Amino acid sequence: MASQEVLREEPSRASLINDPKVRSIFYQCLVVALLVSGVWWIVHNTIVNLTNLHIASGFAFLRGRAGFDISDTAIAYTSDSTYGRAIIVGLINTLIVAFVGIITATIIGFIVGIGRLSKNWLIQKICTVYVEVFRNIPPLLVIFFWYSGVLAVLPAPRDSINLPFGSFLNQRGFYFPRAVWGDGSWLIPVGLLVGIAMAWFVARKAHQRQMATGQQFPVFWTSLALIIGLPLLAYVLSGFPVTFDFPKQSTFNLTGGFVVKPEFLSLYLALSFYTAAFIAEIVRAGIRGVAKGQSEASSALGLRAGQALRLVVVPQAMRIVIPPLASQYLNLTKNSSLAIAIGYPDLTATTGTVLNQTGQAVECVVIMMVIYLAISLLTSLFMNWFNAKMALVER
Amino acid sequence: MQEHDMSWVRTEMALAQPAPAGVTGFSAWVRKNLIASTGDTILTIIGFALVVMILPQIINWAFINAVWTGPNRTVCATVAQGGIQPDGWSGACWAFVNAKFGQIMFGTYPVEERWRPILVGILLVVLMVPMLMPSVPRKGLNALLLIVGLPIVSFFLLVGGAFGLEHVETARWGGLLVTLSLSFVAIVVSLPLGIMLALGRRSRMPVVKMLCVIFIEAVRGIPLITVLFMASVMLPLFLPPGVTFDKYLRALIGVSLFAAAYMAEVVRGGLQAIPKGQYEGADSLGLGYWQKMYFIVMPQALKLVIPGIVNTFIGMFKDTSLVTIISMFDLLGIVKQNFSDANWATAQTAKSGLIFAAFVFWLFCFGMSRYSMYTERRLDTGHKR
Repeated sequence: MASQEVLREEPSRASLINDPKVRSIFYQCLVVALLVSGVWWIVHNTIVNLTNLHIASGFAFLRGRAGFDISDTAIAYTSDSTYGRAIIVGLINTLIVAFVGIITATIIGFIVGIGRLSKNWLIQKICTVYVEVFRNIPPLLVIFFWYSGVLAVLPAPRDSINLPFGSFLNQRGFYFPRAVWGDGSWLIPVGLLVGIAMAWFVARKAHQRQMATGQQFPVFWTSLALIIGLPLLAYVLSGFPVTFDFPKQSTFNLTGGFVVKPEFLSLYLALSFYTAAFIAEIVRAGIRGVAKGQSEASSALGLRAGQALRLVVVPQAMRIVIPPLASQYLNLTKNSSLAIAIGYPDLTATTGTVLNQTGQAVECVVIMMVIYLAISLLTSLFMNWFNAKMALVER
Repeated sequence: MQEHDMSWVRTEMALAQPAPAGVTGFSAWVRKNLIASTGDTILTIIGFALVVMILPQIINWAFINAVWTGPNRTVCATVAQGGIQPDGWSGACWAFVNAKFGQIMFGTYPVEERWRPILVGILLVVLMVPMLMPSVPRKGLNALLLIVGLPIVSFFLLVGGAFGLEHVETARWGGLLVTLSLSFVAIVVSLPLGIMLALGRRSRMPVVKMLCVIFIEAVRGIPLITVLFMASVMLPLFLPPGVTFDKYLRALIGVSLFAAAYMAEVVRGGLQAIPKGQYEGADSLGLGYWQKMYFIVMPQALKLVIPGIVNTFIGMFKDTSLVTIISMFDLLGIVKQNFSDANWATAQTAKSGLIFAAFVFWLFCFGMSRYSMYTERRLDTGHKR
């Protein structure tokens, strides 16, 4: 008891300088003071510079006439549209290339990653060479390679390379038949949606039944039949409304059909191939991270190799794979800004053009930063949610 | 009970027999690794077909049909394109790389002054090789010379303007010189900066912590191009009127800050992996904050994240190629610029130049990743199972 009282009596403060709390507050005040003065200095300089350049700050310029053309537009856009719309066109292009790139990169990445773990010596070596080559080369170089090295030296439209299904490949891009949606074709997407909804419902019911009775139901084949069958049925019922517009060769150019421009093609191919090498490594690490005892135990339970992979190994590997996979998806989205190097009008490229035309440097950079940060944040939120769903449920 | 008759036990050792013919030798290896099952055989056939289709073409293009020397584009163009090669010829135009080799290495650095970057390169190798070999002593002095001495000496050698050396503006630098110098400085700057940011992010001071989190997350959320844009467009706006900034320096600041944010996250991963007992042990020994970090925490944390740090270095080395977009001429930029040289424009020029550049990048990145694997094995003191 006595010793406690002694401790309480003497709060032992040698001096204010050595008090960690006081020190901490002092340092933080110092940091804030430095920051505030730095920011004030920058803001002051910027205002002086902008006044000298006669640039009015603010976002009003977004409503002005853009006056430049954009080669690839997913929504209606002419040079009479506003600057704001030009930036939106760029954003949509970024999202399109990121979306298709992510899908392709994931498919190639999983194939190569599993291939590197194959017992087949030849397949394993081919996959290793792929990964080591693409991982150690800058993505920009891969883009240039596709753009100037491969696609630019393709034959002129006159001697286009014929590909199956009435598609063509030449200097100006990849031409393939375009679907023309006639009357009553709205039934097809409706059929697709209904098919997906029914497949989801069947999967739920089958899961419940398996939990209750132990009986299994061929969910995969039923879902496949529903998702493919219903739109097909709708197509037949509505009287074959979809026709195809085939590209036709004329003297100097191809007319009709749908064109994928070389800019998009090279960006898409380069990003997919480059990111796939990283995804392959992630997948390999994920599968190797599942203890060997797991697959041994599942074969002891009488599961076949395929079942063991699907029911035991992959669900556990996914837990290791998802977080780094998410950051690779973000990397791909950010790398799509390399589009500017070959003139594909993505967000960075269009915003850069707007910046050059208006001189509104601060606003344009802020817009770019905010949009990219928002994309990053949304993707990581989604992946965190998915990760939490897949994570190990412990007691 | 009768005693067992033990006479069946053999008294001398059986001679070692060779393994059965079916499990040794080439044919067994093929059976095990290439045609173990039906599916395996199909895969092997597909893979083999792929290799047979692609590999001869690559070898043909890169070596057999390639043109190694020549004065101009005629050696790399077919007759129809105004050259000397037969129609339908396709081969690498290494003559282009050969003719532009000086530019690819040094950009438009004055020819009579090129001994200066070469000298810097020799100094770099002389300091780097003993640094990378674990058995060579005096690592502290070596590191000091490499990280502090070399940049100062190189600065005066490359920029000039003092000691009777002619001044060479950074606009004339190019090629591998820019790629290597940019990434070397960025590596030297970003590691300490990243460590400070990581410590700041784990600091107990809320203001410091918040600032570090905002910086790290903002930089990691945007592409490097945007950062470089910012560095080239916004920096001049932020400075007092009349103060101009060298373009090279702007890119250097952009790349370093970008890499520092990634480095910070890697280092933070290492800091989190250190058990709490280590921090508490250091506290109970009476070490101050910086002593605790320097002697106890950092040596363990950095060792854990060597692969991550080297991966960041590799990423940064590759990312320096993006300065091409803000019209600086690094290795990739100078190769690309030379495509438009009318003297060399052929269908093969772009492909050959890019493959050469890719090979140089690949050599450096692959070397770095192999060295990191070696270091990881050497420093492994049993943290991993």
